Amino acid sequence: MNAARSVAIAVFKESVRDRIFYNLVLFAVLLVGASILMGQLTAGQDVKIIKDLGLTATSVFGLFISIFVGINLVSKEVERRSVYPLFAKPIRRSEFIIGKYAGLLLTLMVNVVVMTVALYTVLFFLSRGVSPNVQRAWDAPPIDPALLKAIGLIYVDLALVTAVAVLFSTYSSPMLSAVFTFGLYVVGQCNEDLRRLDQIVGGPAAGIVGKACYYLLPDFARFDIKLAVVHGIPVSAGYMLWTTAYAAAYVAALLLGACVIFSRRDFK
Amino acid sequence: MTRAGAGAAATVCLGAAVALHAAQDARYPSPAIDRPELLYVRSGDTIKRLALDYDAFAADVYWIRALQHFGGERTAPPDHVRDYALLYPLLDLTTTLDPYFSIAYRFGAIYLGEPYPGGPGRADLAMTLLRKGLAAQPQKWQYMQDIGFVYYWHLQDYKSAATWFQRASEIQGAPSWLRPLAAVTLAEGGHRSASRALFGQLAESEEPWLRDAARLRLRQLDAMDVIDALQARVALYQREHPGEPVTWQKLVAARLVPSVPVDSAGVPFIIEATGRVTVARESPLFPLPGQKPDNSS
Repeated sequence: MNAARSVAIAVFKESVRDRIFYNLVLFAVLLVGASILMGQLTAGQDVKIIKDLGLTATSVFGLFISIFVGINLVSKEVERRSVYPLFAKPIRRSEFIIGKYAGLLLTLMVNVVVMTVALYTVLFFLSRGVSPNVQRAWDAPPIDPALLKAIGLIYVDLALVTAVAVLFSTYSSPMLSAVFTFGLYVVGQCNEDLRRLDQIVGGPAAGIVGKACYYLLPDFARFDIKLAVVHGIPVSAGYMLWTTAYAAAYVAALLLGACVIFSRRDFK
Repeated sequence: MTRAGAGAAATVCLGAAVALHAAQDARYPSPAIDRPELLYVRSGDTIKRLALDYDAFAADVYWIRALQHFGGERTAPPDHVRDYALLYPLLDLTTTLDPYFSIAYRFGAIYLGEPYPGGPGRADLAMTLLRKGLAAQPQKWQYMQDIGFVYYWHLQDYKSAATWFQRASEIQGAPSWLRPLAAVTLAEGGHRSASRALFGQLAESEEPWLRDAARLRLRQLDAMDVIDALQARVALYQREHPGEPVTWQKLVAARLVPSVPVDSAGVPFIIEATGRVTVARESPLFPLPGQKPDNSS
């Protein structure tokens, strides 16, 4: 596992070199700019909207990193032929895949943690001068620890997207991998429609196909608790655990699939 | 060319493009067309799918658009034909994307029913929006109170208003003043004292926009009291000068009023040709309940 760790650290360092963390500056500017403007535009809903914006931006920026860095993780190494000297060293292909995946997860974690700190900071300053009476009318407190639940599931969501991108990256070109990953992400958002396909299309066959797709494809909508958290609707620990366990199982399946595909590739 | 030179040249070219753009706008100004606003997608279900899992943020965008549309129309210059046609679709989209967006329902309750020109005068849509909110959160007493408010103020159906205030009062966590309000509405619905009780409570609300709306209603009620007193003076003058058109100047000359009376916004009251006293169209208090946008009752 030392080899996987070395690969992961190398991926993280490469992310820093590639200036991926510049997106944090954009995030900060977006939040601060919005917090200044929102007060005049939203009829007292600025805290709610900053929460929505912060969570959405954390998810969108993370999604872009997951997809566009994830699709290049393996394919770039193959195209640049840098895997050849690497595989001359004592490293298994599965360790290479897992190391790449873990490295990107580390990058995403640093990204998400910094964005979370920025979001709480902006919320703190935004709510500082607001009287307790007005705050009582809000659905949830401004500095709400429950936001961490939504952010936690965003991270889990990103981990799953990254695993999908890595899987496609092992056998497809970056362009196709991006299209497949994003396509699967969109389908995974509309999973509820697949479950009800028999009601939409009609016929038992459609129902069976729809149900099969519903269970087989990753259900990305499951990770979205942003709306509930922002409105102070409780999200149980059980839901968090089930969803995380589901993602862990799915990620494991995707990474195993990626390792199998990558181990069968011929690099001669 | 050096890097600095290229940078300077690029800056000069960009500056030239901006200057040309501005000069062209000045030379060929766009005609000032009063275009109606566009709403490309009106289906909440479609937008919900397009928004992926960013529906809460999309709801915020539609909420801001609803506010801008309403504010833009309400504060438009007098020559602009006010059209609040997008207010309900925008609020409907907002609440489809985020069914727990309380302020969107409650804002709709206050302003969808507002008579023209202050609003679209669609109490029915206000009610539809609030019932949608109740379907999402059946225990939200605020929506029941707001339905009661729409029945009370816009539809003058005091029995239904009292029923909704009563229903709201029965929800756990509802304020204690709702139960007596239901009783007062049933007993004295339409009386100004009952209206004052309702808006007095709403004026204590924690939401600034709801407070402002309630304070406006209280000012309208005050204006109605003043109008009653002025109407008595006008009637007195008419009795003494039958058939003569009545103006404030004549009433001042007859010492029936000390000066031209103004409402709480500082706008003079008007005397219609029929001798009826009311608030002027220019006043923020216009229209009073029962007053039509063309200034006739």
